[in-house]
Amino acid sequence: MKVYLSVLKLRLSMGMQYRTAALAGVATQFFWGFIMIMVFEAFYEHASSTPPISLKELIQYIWLQQAFLVFVMMWFRDNELFDLITSGNISYELCRPNGLYGFWYAKLLAQRLSSAILRCFPILIIAYFLPDPYNLELPHSNTAFLLFVSALLLGLLLLVSISMFLYISVFVTLSPMGSLLVFGVLSEFFAGLIIPVPLMPDWLQQIANVLPFRWTADFPFRVYSGHIPEHEAAIGILVQLSYLIVLIWLGRKALNGVLKKVVVQGG
Amino acid sequence: MSVYFKYLLIHFKSQMQYRTSFWLLSLGQFFIPFSVFAGLYFLFERFGQIKGWGFFEVALCFAVIHMAFSISECFARGFDSFSDLIIKGDFDRVLVRPRSTFVQVLGSKFEFTRAGRLLQSVMVLIWALSSLPIEWTITKIATLVLMMTSGVFIFTGIYMLAATMCFWTVQGLEVANIFTDGGREMAQYPLNIYHKWVARFFTYVIPFGTVNYLPLQYILGKTQGSDLMYMVTPALGSLFILPCFFVWQFGVRHYRSTGS
Repeated sequence: MKVYLSVLKLRLSMGMQYRTAALAGVATQFFWGFIMIMVFEAFYEHASSTPPISLKELIQYIWLQQAFLVFVMMWFRDNELFDLITSGNISYELCRPNGLYGFWYAKLLAQRLSSAILRCFPILIIAYFLPDPYNLELPHSNTAFLLFVSALLLGLLLLVSISMFLYISVFVTLSPMGSLLVFGVLSEFFAGLIIPVPLMPDWLQQIANVLPFRWTADFPFRVYSGHIPEHEAAIGILVQLSYLIVLIWLGRKALNGVLKKVVVQGG
Repeated sequence: MSVYFKYLLIHFKSQMQYRTSFWLLSLGQFFIPFSVFAGLYFLFERFGQIKGWGFFEVALCFAVIHMAFSISECFARGFDSFSDLIIKGDFDRVLVRPRSTFVQVLGSKFEFTRAGRLLQSVMVLIWALSSLPIEWTITKIATLVLMMTSGVFIFTGIYMLAATMCFWTVQGLEVANIFTDGGREMAQYPLNIYHKWVARFFTYVIPFGTVNYLPLQYILGKTQGSDLMYMVTPALGSLFILPCFFVWQFGVRHYRSTGS
């Protein structure tokens, strides 16, 4: 455990070096957030029936999404790991006296965490001070906030465990592009990045509910805005936990499986 | 010009050496905007319209802007990834050759896999056109073609501006994505759904409005007053590339090699 913690710490301070890049990212995400909000505003203006999520809740949803984008995006990847696998340098990793799964998991977790820490606060703070319809509000109760934080962190753990499968699949395909694409498009869509999950048609929502992607991003954000009431949120957290356990178990198994067959061709 | 086509041919041949990878990447490029379009479709299924614009009208807008984007990403990729040339010092070699820097940088890279993205938008275009009750005239067809070319010019212009910045910053700036990816994302809806100041900025400063909103009104028969004004706006929008070109020339004169 101590090894993993120090990997986490090392990666965190490495990620913190890229402050300018993070600032540029913040500007982009602000622009993005504004466009999305304006589009939805225009849609809501003449909505014939009341939509399943109010505009106010939707705005909270969008700002949180922008602030914690790295907790959602599958595109955010570690090319180093891909190179390790394709170039055969994986053999060095295998020499290390600790499990590969935990090691990589800690690495990936730290990358996302450091990038989020740099980006989320400026966005959250500025979004909070925006003029009325566009601002980010405080969570509507303390319990909701606590539930949001735990759901968000669990969502992050869940996302990393999903993304582990991406790296595992490269052992088989040897080219990251294909799997990256499948994972990227699916997760983006079903995590509600393109349109928020509550606005999807019912049949699509049912699919989204079964897949793990929704639990990484959509769920915590709706807990924050109060769109998901507190007792339901507690159940949701249990669902997240069980997903997490199953996915980590499967991931370890899959990784051990591919490692048994791994062929290192010199180099 | 013949140099440019030579570049084109060589890059095409070299990318075709990895045929499977090419097809897979194209397929991927097909599915990325596809999911965005699916999102658009579902939103219209729920809301019906957006500020008076119907689904197929917005789909037309979406198709035009995504086509322009994919074409410019394919052919102006050299400017998009220009910071590589600067960082590696390869731009020095460009400067000693007796051809214009513009053609050489343009020809330094192509992304033919964007064909997948293009295919997706062409399909949307066909679907939208066949479902819209438009009385086609030659001028309308000309306007539609103008819209696309003007879009390509604008995106290329933005890539050039971003590339010019590299002369001073060396590293590519992610902020430019606001105007390329962000502009694409924004211009897939008619501009008048946004606030006045956004619409104005993207009509008069970066003329996306002349690609979609104004000429679209003419094609859909929603205009008031002189049609000619709406028709020529895309042509005016294409002029955006001229100042970009001058800025580029200015940047080239101020180039200092990284020396690596």
